[in-house]
Amino acid sequence: MAEKKKKIIPKRIPMPNQSPGDRIRNFGEVALGYGREQAFAEAERCLQCKDPKCVAGCPVEVPIKDFIAKLQDQDIEGAYEVIKTTNSLPAVCGRVCPQEVQCEGQCIMGKKHQPVAIGRLERFVADEYMALSACDQITGKPECPLIDPDNKVACIGSGPSSLTCAGYLSSRGIKVSVFEALHEPGGVLVYGIPEFRLPKAIVRAEVEALKEQEVDIEVNMVGGKTIEVQDLFDQGYKAVFIGVGAGLPRFLGNEGENLIGVFSANEYLTRINLGRGYAFPEYDTPPFPGRNVAVIGGGNVAMDAARTALRLGADTVSIVYRRSQDEMPARKEELEHAIEEGVRLRCLCGPLAFIGDENGKLTGMRLQKMELGDPDDSGRCSPVCIEGAEEEIACDLAIMAVGTGPNRVMLEATPELGLNKWGYIVVNEETGETSIPNVFAGGDIVTGSATVISAMGAGRRAAKEIANRLLGTSD
Amino acid sequence: MPNTILHKAKLIPGQTSKLVIDAPLIAAKAKPGNFVILRVTDKGERIPLTIADVDAGAGTITIVYLVLGKTTALLEELDQGDDILDLCGPLGQPTHIEKCGTVICVGGGTGIAAMHHIAKGHHMAGNHVVAVIGARSKDLLLFHDELTAFCPEVLVSTDDGSFGHKGLVTEVLEDRLKSDDSVAEVVGIGPVPMMAAVAKTTKPFGVKTTVSLNSIMVDGIGMCGACRVTVGGEVKFACVDGPEFDGQQVDFMELRQRLASFRDQESISYEEYKKSHG
Ligand SMILES: Cc1cc2nc3c(=O)[nH]c(=O)nc-3n(C[C@H](O)[C@H](O)[C@H](O)COP(=O)(O)OP(=O)(O)OC[C@H]3O[C@@H](n4cnc5c(N)ncnc54)[C@H](O)[C@@H]3O)c2cc1C
Ligand SMILES: Cc1cc2nc3c(=O)[nH]c(=O)nc-3n(C[C@H](O)[C@H](O)[C@H](O)COP(=O)(O)OP(=O)(O)OC[C@H]3O[C@@H](n4cnc5c(N)ncnc54)[C@H](O)[C@@H]3O)c2cc1C
Ligand code: FES
Repeated sequence: MAEKKKKIIPKRIPMPNQSPGDRIRNFGEVALGYGREQAFAEAERCLQCKDPKCVAGCPVEVPIKDFIAKLQDQDIEGAYEVIKTTNSLPAVCGRVCPQEVQCEGQCIMGKKHQPVAIGRLERFVADEYMALSACDQITGKPECPLIDPDNKVACIGSGPSSLTCAGYLSSRGIKVSVFEALHEPGGVLVYGIPEFRLPKAIVRAEVEALKEQEVDIEVNMVGGKTIEVQDLFDQGYKAVFIGVGAGLPRFLGNEGENLIGVFSANEYLTRINLGRGYAFPEYDTPPFPGRNVAVIGGGNVAMDAARTALRLGADTVSIVYRRSQDEMPARKEELEHAIEEGVRLRCLCGPLAFIGDENGKLTGMRLQKMELGDPDDSGRCSPVCIEGAEEEIACDLAIMAVGTGPNRVMLEATPELGLNKWGYIVVNEETGETSIPNVFAGGDIVTGSATVISAMGAGRRAAKEIANRLLGTSD
Repeated sequence: MPNTILHKAKLIPGQTSKLVIDAPLIAAKAKPGNFVILRVTDKGERIPLTIADVDAGAGTITIVYLVLGKTTALLEELDQGDDILDLCGPLGQPTHIEKCGTVICVGGGTGIAAMHHIAKGHHMAGNHVVAVIGARSKDLLLFHDELTAFCPEVLVSTDDGSFGHKGLVTEVLEDRLKSDDSVAEVVGIGPVPMMAAVAKTTKPFGVKTTVSLNSIMVDGIGMCGACRVTVGGEVKFACVDGPEFDGQQVDFMELRQRLASFRDQESISYEEYKKSHG
C-alpha cells in the first residue's frame, strides 16, 4: 500500500452529507461523518511528511501525523489515544474548527491537490470511540487518579476553555468545581452552535466524562452575583479560572433597532439551542417566526442564524454583508452549506435603518450599498459606502450577527481584574494568570470572540500552570 | 441545590401566590431590586421574577407571581415541599438606596410585592416610607399587612372603592406630592401603563422617579439583548443595567410593544397547557 500512495494521488474523500432538500426540514446533523472505509482511505492520502507542517497549524498541537499513521494501520484506539494527549474535545473540534486556516491550511497536499481531511478524520476517531463508549477502556477508570478534595480549583463559566481546564486538572487528581450561570453547561457549544452542526449529545457526553473524574458541575451559579472570587478563596479554593466568554451582543445603533423582529444572533440562537425552540411548543421557549429573514454579518454566527431560520420555515433568508463573499470570516464549509441550502448572499451592503409598522413590528430594512476599498487592519478589503446608493428590502426578521463584547457580570463584580482597552481580561501570556494572584482567565473573555480550539488552548495553558503550583510539578 | 418551596400562600386563589424558597446562596447576596430567573420543568422557559423578600438568616427568598401563561401556571402547580428545577440569582443591579428623607413607593397589582422589598430597604436605611398601593378591589390587594408593619403611611386605592380611595394610585400619589414638597424619591412598580402614569404624575413635581422594567428576558446576564429598553435615547439591557431606571427617561411605548413580541406563541403554549390539564 505504501508504494502506491506516492504515485497516484487519490481525491479527498467527500463528506457524506444530508441532502440540502432534506436537511432544511430538520435539525439533524448535516455532515454525517466518514464510515470506516472512507476514513481509512482518506488516511492513506497522508504522506507522513518527515517535517509535518500541519501540526504547527493546530493551536493545541495535536500530533496529527501520528494519529493518521495509526489510522493507516487501522488502529482507531491508538489514534484516539494520540489525539487525546493534547485535545480533550476531539468530537467537538473535528466538527467546528476552521481547519482550512489551521491544520489543513498547512497540509503539503493542499499545495497541488486537496489537503488531507484532518478534521473529518479527527471527528471519525472521536465518534467511533463515543459509539463504542470506549472512553473508559482508554482512560481506564481504575487507573483514574485519586481526587484530593482539599486541593480544589474553581472554573467560572463552562465553555470549552473551562471544560478543558477542568479536564486537565481533574486528570491530575485536583478537585474541580465548574460554576455556570445558565441551566446547562457547555457555553457557546450549547447555547450558540446549532444542533445540525454540533449535536448537543456530544457536548453532554464530554461533560459526563468530566463528572466521571469527579468534576462538580454547578449550574445556575452566576460568578459575581451568586458567588464571587473572594467567596471561592474563602471556601478553600486555591485557584480560580475565569472562562466566561464574550457573549455581549453588539448592535449597530441603527434607527429602529428595537423593533419587534430585530434580534441579536445570540438571542435568536439561544432560544432555539439552549431553549430547544425548534421543538416549540413541546418545549416552552418560543423561537421568533420569520418569513423573510435578513441576517447581518458574515461569520459563523451569521451562517448559523441563517441556516437555523431556513429550518424553521422561512421563505427567504439573506445574508447581508458589507464586504464581498471572499472576505467572509465564516468557516468555508458553513458558507458552502448555507448556499447549497438556499441562503442568499447580499454582499456589499449594510443596514442604515430598520422600518416598522404602527405596532412596532419590523417590516423592512434600508441598506447602504458599498464597494471594496483598500485593505484594512484585518488585511481584508475594507467596505466603502457608495454615496447615495441605498436600497430598501422587505423583512420581518432581522438578526444581528455583527460581533460581541465581553460578558460583563463577572468583570463588573471584580473591579480588581485588569482589563485591556476593549474590556477583555489581561493575562500573563505564559501562565494565563490575571492581575489577581491565583486567578486565571482564558478563552473569549481574554481574546474576544475567537475559536473553540483557541479557548481550549487557553484553558489548558492555565491548567498546566495551576497544576504545577498545586502539585509542585513542572510540566 | 434543592430550591425547595418551604411555604406557599395563595394570596389570590388561582391568580397570585407567594412562595418562600430555600435558597441560601441567593439569600446571602440578594438586595432590594434584585430578581431571579427560574425554570419549572426541563422543557420549560426561563422567566424572571422579582425577589419580594429575603431572610438571609433563614436562607430563604420570597417570590410572588401572577399566573399569566404557561410557566407561571406550571409554577402554580408546585406545592410546599416541591423543588424548583432551576433558580438563578440574585440578578440585576440592586436598588440605589441611601438616607434621603421621604420616599413614596407606589405599587400596582403584583408589583406591590416587588415594591415591598425596596420599601423595606428604604425603611432600613432610615427613610420615611410612604406606600401607595392599588388594586381593582380590596380582595386583590397584596402585601397590605406586610407594608403596614413598617411603613408609617400606607395609602390605598381601589378601582371599585372597596378599600381606600376609589380610583387610581396616581391620584393618591398626586395628592400626597401636593401636600409635601420634601419628597426625595418616588419608586413605581407595576404594569407598564401604571409606571408610565406614575412618571407622568411626578414630572411636574420634578421629583426623582424610579421604575422597574419587566422586559422579556432570556439569560438575565447580558448575553442576548432580549431585555433591551430605550432610556434617555440610549439602549440599555434591563437585566444588567437595570431593571430600575429613571422613569422620566424610559420609552414606555416601546417597552409595551416589545412585551408583545411573542404573544401568538404564548397563547399557543397556554392553550395547549390548559387543554392537557383540563
Ligand atoms: C453561533 C456561534 C458559532 C460559532 N461557531 C464556531 C465554529 O464553528 N468554530 C469555532 O472554532 N468557533 C466558533 N464559535 C466561537 C466559539 O464558540 C467560542 O470562541 C468559544 O466557545 C469560546 O469559549 P469560552 O470557553 O471562552 O467561552 P464560551 O463558550 O463563551 O462560554 C462561556 C460560558 O460562561 C458562562 N458565563 C458567562 N458569564 C458568567 C458568569 N458571570 N458566571 C458563570 N458563568 C458565566 C456563559 O453562560 C457560557 O456558558 C462560534 C460562536 C458562536 C456564538
Ligand atoms: C425583572 C423582572 C421582574 C419580574 N418580576 C415579576 C414578579 O415579581 N411577579 C410576576 O408575577 N411577574 C414578574 N415579572 C414578569 C414575569 O416574568 C412574566 O409574567 C412571566 O415571564 C410570564 O411567563 P408565562 O410563561 O407565565 O406567561 P407567558 O404567556 O409566556 O407571557 C405572558 C406575558 O409575560 C411576559 N413574558 C413572557 N415571557 C417572558 C420572559 N421570559 N421574561 C419576561 N417577561 C416575559 C410577556 O409580556 C408576555 O406577554 C417580572 C419580569 C421581569 C423582567
Ligand atoms: S436577558 Fe439577555 S441580555 Fe438581558
